[in-house]
Amino acid sequence: MNDNELLMGAKSGDRRNLSKLLSRIESGKFTFQKDSNVWALGVTGPPGVGKSTLIGKLIEQWTNAGEKVAVLAVDPSSPVSGGAILGDRLRMSNSDIGESVFVRSLATRNYPGGIIPKISDMINLFSYCGWSRIIIETVGSGQSEIGIIAFADRILLVDGPDRGDIIQAEKAGIMEMADIIVVNKSDLPRAKVTADLIIESLSLDSRDLVPVLLTSALENKGINDLVSCLDSLIPDKSRKNLRIRQILLSHWNSLAISNPRFEKIILDASDGIMSISESISSLMELLHEEAKS
Amino acid sequence: MRIVVAKVGLDGHDRGAKVISRALRNAGHEVIYTGIRKTPHEIVRIIIDEDAEALGISTLSGAHDTLIPKICEILRNEDLNDLIVFAGGIIPERDREAIYNCGVRAIFGPGTNTNSIFDFLNESIKRKESGDFVGVGENLGWHWIDE
Repeated sequence: MNDNELLMGAKSGDRRNLSKLLSRIESGKFTFQKDSNVWALGVTGPPGVGKSTLIGKLIEQWTNAGEKVAVLAVDPSSPVSGGAILGDRLRMSNSDIGESVFVRSLATRNYPGGIIPKISDMINLFSYCGWSRIIIETVGSGQSEIGIIAFADRILLVDGPDRGDIIQAEKAGIMEMADIIVVNKSDLPRAKVTADLIIESLSLDSRDLVPVLLTSALENKGINDLVSCLDSLIPDKSRKNLRIRQILLSHWNSLAISNPRFEKIILDASDGIMSISESISSLMELLHEEAKS
Repeated sequence: MRIVVAKVGLDGHDRGAKVISRALRNAGHEVIYTGIRKTPHEIVRIIIDEDAEALGISTLSGAHDTLIPKICEILRNEDLNDLIVFAGGIIPERDREAIYNCGVRAIFGPGTNTNSIFDFLNESIKRKESGDFVGVGENLGWHWIDE
């Protein structure tokens, strides 16, 4: 089947066609930028705070309300082998049944090109095919994760009790981008204290206060409040600027990394043939050449 | 390759499946692990959504002679004929012929060296590229024999 036939099939509800198109976007053989009324939520936070389990609960609520929920679960590729274990979907209950859920696992693929520039095409494709709630899940707060999450028009940051890791991660810019912050595992002690710490840290900022909610995905507590908060959220303009900034930065990174001569520059800098500032000049030249061609 | 590693039926022992997943990752594959106690329908659904090229089924419960044929049947009904399927765990010698006849192309028992699995996958891809049949719904003939 060609791309057009796949697209027509996917739009009329064929999962396999949709799945094939996602693969084609991933491998750079297909692009999709049709602008539509996308509803996309980025979910991120430290490892082990229960993001996938919480997403499982959101899936349940939204599908019961008649929404179609698509999830892109992004996990890191091994920098050594390039392989990846993608296990997020196993923690999302209901992810493998029902016509109104579609979960796709993605590896970051750290090699040239990577996954980042392709995320927005995938989101648009889902939206075009009638998926009304699109969730992008990443772990951590590194540059590439922020780059991925920035493609969503609303961002949910998840932390665990007694961690406050996200306050530490503030320097990476993730907390500034969050529209809602959740402390999950509220069934465990100190969740409330963590939430208070986060609120305190936020109040140092002059911006409008971001809602900080407590949930327990395990005990199904606080999920209704979270869903209504997400549904009624109007994406903030000032945070949009931050997101665009991240998108531009990650595209910029991806341009550099995907340049075939990037590795050579690294080697030269490492061997002392070029200084760091010479390497940067030389990289700028490469990107300039590429832009012209 | 994108490979789904699956645990099917009432079988909660997944140490083996996890070891295999890790080994496949270290060999550069992208592994989607299903978690335990999946139904044949759920497994096929995961393969569709993840657009996987291969499926590894781990079974230790003794229900392989029911569940593996069931998975293979649904795969063929869904027109996923070119999917490469292999199995591992406790599958006695006397049951293996029937499993191969469902379109499973390799069975790995206890004590298998993970390199055998990589060799099987490489051999399958080589055969696929040369037009030979290696998929679950394609003509039978070749299956892997572990030395």
